[in-house]
Amino acid sequence: MTDQTPETSDGIPSPDGAAHIIETEYEIGQDNVEGSVGPLGFDIHNPVFAISGLAIVAFVFYTLALPEQAGSIFSWLFSTVTKGFDWFFLGAANIFVIFCLFLIVTPFGNVRLGGTEAEPDYSYIGWFAMLFAAGMGIGLMFYGVSEPLSHFASSMGGTAAEDGVRTDWAPLGAAGGDEAAAVRLGMAATIFHWGLHPWAIYAVVALALALFSYNKGLPLTIRSAFYPIFGDAVWGWVGHVIDILAVFATLFGLATSLGFGATQANAGLNELFGIAVSSTTEVILISAITAIALVSVMRGLDGGVKVLSEINMGLAFLLLIFVLLVGPTVFLLSLFWDSLLAYLQFLPALSNPVGREDVNFMQGWTSFYWAWWISWSPFVGMFIARVSRGRTVREFITCVLLIPSLVCVLWMSVFGGTAMFQVISDGYTAAQEADLPVKLFKMLDVMPLAGITSLVGIVLVIVFFVTSSDSGSLVIDTITAGGKVDAPVPQRAFWCIFEGAVAIVLLLSAGGLQSLQSMVISTGLPFTVVLLVMCYAILRGLMSERKNT
Amino acid sequence: MFQKIVVPVDLAHEAALQKALQVAVGMAKAHSAELCYVGVASATPGAVARTPEEYKDKLEKFAESQSASHGVQASSHAIMTHDPTTDLNKALEQAIADLKADLVVMATHVPNISDYIWAGHGAHVAAHSTASVLLVRD
Repeated sequence: MTDQTPETSDGIPSPDGAAHIIETEYEIGQDNVEGSVGPLGFDIHNPVFAISGLAIVAFVFYTLALPEQAGSIFSWLFSTVTKGFDWFFLGAANIFVIFCLFLIVTPFGNVRLGGTEAEPDYSYIGWFAMLFAAGMGIGLMFYGVSEPLSHFASSMGGTAAEDGVRTDWAPLGAAGGDEAAAVRLGMAATIFHWGLHPWAIYAVVALALALFSYNKGLPLTIRSAFYPIFGDAVWGWVGHVIDILAVFATLFGLATSLGFGATQANAGLNELFGIAVSSTTEVILISAITAIALVSVMRGLDGGVKVLSEINMGLAFLLLIFVLLVGPTVFLLSLFWDSLLAYLQFLPALSNPVGREDVNFMQGWTSFYWAWWISWSPFVGMFIARVSRGRTVREFITCVLLIPSLVCVLWMSVFGGTAMFQVISDGYTAAQEADLPVKLFKMLDVMPLAGITSLVGIVLVIVFFVTSSDSGSLVIDTITAGGKVDAPVPQRAFWCIFEGAVAIVLLLSAGGLQSLQSMVISTGLPFTVVLLVMCYAILRGLMSERKNT
Repeated sequence: MFQKIVVPVDLAHEAALQKALQVAVGMAKAHSAELCYVGVASATPGAVARTPEEYKDKLEKFAESQSASHGVQASSHAIMTHDPTTDLNKALEQAIADLKADLVVMATHVPNISDYIWAGHGAHVAAHSTASVLLVRD
């Protein structure tokens, strides 16, 4: 890597203010093929676009043609990855958290993404809204009520063992029969899965891409973060494979989530309005979500994605405030602090990668979650990178790691806390007993204005799917256009429709969604290696930024 | 009749601009008007430039070369947007107003079926700008 200071440069000037562009012969878009299909123009990377598209079609065909074989291979892969490499996922995720915290407190935190004089592209509100909308919003809607209840119940159940191996699903040593202790442990375990670790995973990817794009002048694609290792070879097959894998994981991740999301939204609509649960309804839901996402991507980042994200952020905030005020307010507020303390107290034990007794919890929950977040990280990380120009590294980590983690603590405390309070104090167990998609609605059911809040809940679920789908389409489009963000609009429309189509095909096939989701989560394993390399690349990149400033 | 002529340029597709550039120079000479080349790009590294500074620099050099080879007065105006493909129309409208241009000379494609779904940039500028707009078909 050769650094070029702005003062001595007569070739490429620096970004806004001092930064150190990487000198490379590679011209962004040099491998692209431009042309048009009828009246619709395209500008795609050769071969990333074609191979990603064909690989996705091939996997869908395989899953449809040999459903049983595909199902058993993918579920074997999933179980081998999450169980056999549990130590690797947990250990790596710990490294990501420590690495991010290290960046905050060291002088590296002063480096500004986009050069010393760069100004932030987005206000805090718009930025936060997009952070949540892309990566986590939909999960919070489904798991906010469900996960604290699950861990609370399993902790209350205490431990059970067979031949010296734990058979219960409780975290750590459980809290058999002790309600207060089970609440604390349940909250700590939930926040553990939604707090620092997932956001650190996203932050590492986002920081690597933002740094190598805005400060080093490399294209905004996953492969750019590998420049310090492979040099110019990264523009060849090594880079192609990395980018193709990212597109593959992103598209299948989005399509399977969309498919499952449609079945969940259908269950919610059935609960609220008695709309029949059928594949017709689900296909209509996927089509509607895809259609809204299509309008959003065609309106662009500011006119579509950001607007929808802000609307949803506002609605989610209102729902949070409503539940906080109408629910057991005092209990919830004290639970927030208590949960935060419990989280910090149990964090070392929960994140311990080896010698654990609570194997079911560690492999079935934590390892699964880490693989899931990591398989989503190319998409969410790249989207975060796209909207984070102009922030310093310290500001970036604070806003992508610490503040979202706190928001998750608050969200889980309010929604999970209300549901647990209903069980403990009122003996109301409908939410606890309900299926995952309707838990939130069962909880809202016994609160005032249930009709309105449930409707808000449904709208939030649908719009969070839209915001994942539109930002995902933008990311896939950018990767398959070799890092160009100004490829023709029909191209991003293509990916958006393609994703909806894959979701519908998988939904209509027996077991297709399940087996491909297992497969996509398994991609978390290679991406964990990618992320570890990214940490090294970030250090190299930041060191060269710091050298002459 | 015209004092300031705005010419939107896409530096990645310079070849497709030649006819419009010639028309613009002709108009500038006929009216003793000043030319301003407007380019819209993203802060993300792209085909034309890897940084906003480099993009501004390239656009400036482009204006200088037009000025030197055709003997017209020319300047440049670079705009950075978050999503250039979709922000282009608004960015151009804004630039035309900010620069107080009275004529826009713009290269545009021959209308085709896709114009029923989304109009070309030239058509949009012609429909929304207060300045006179001359669309030059390629």
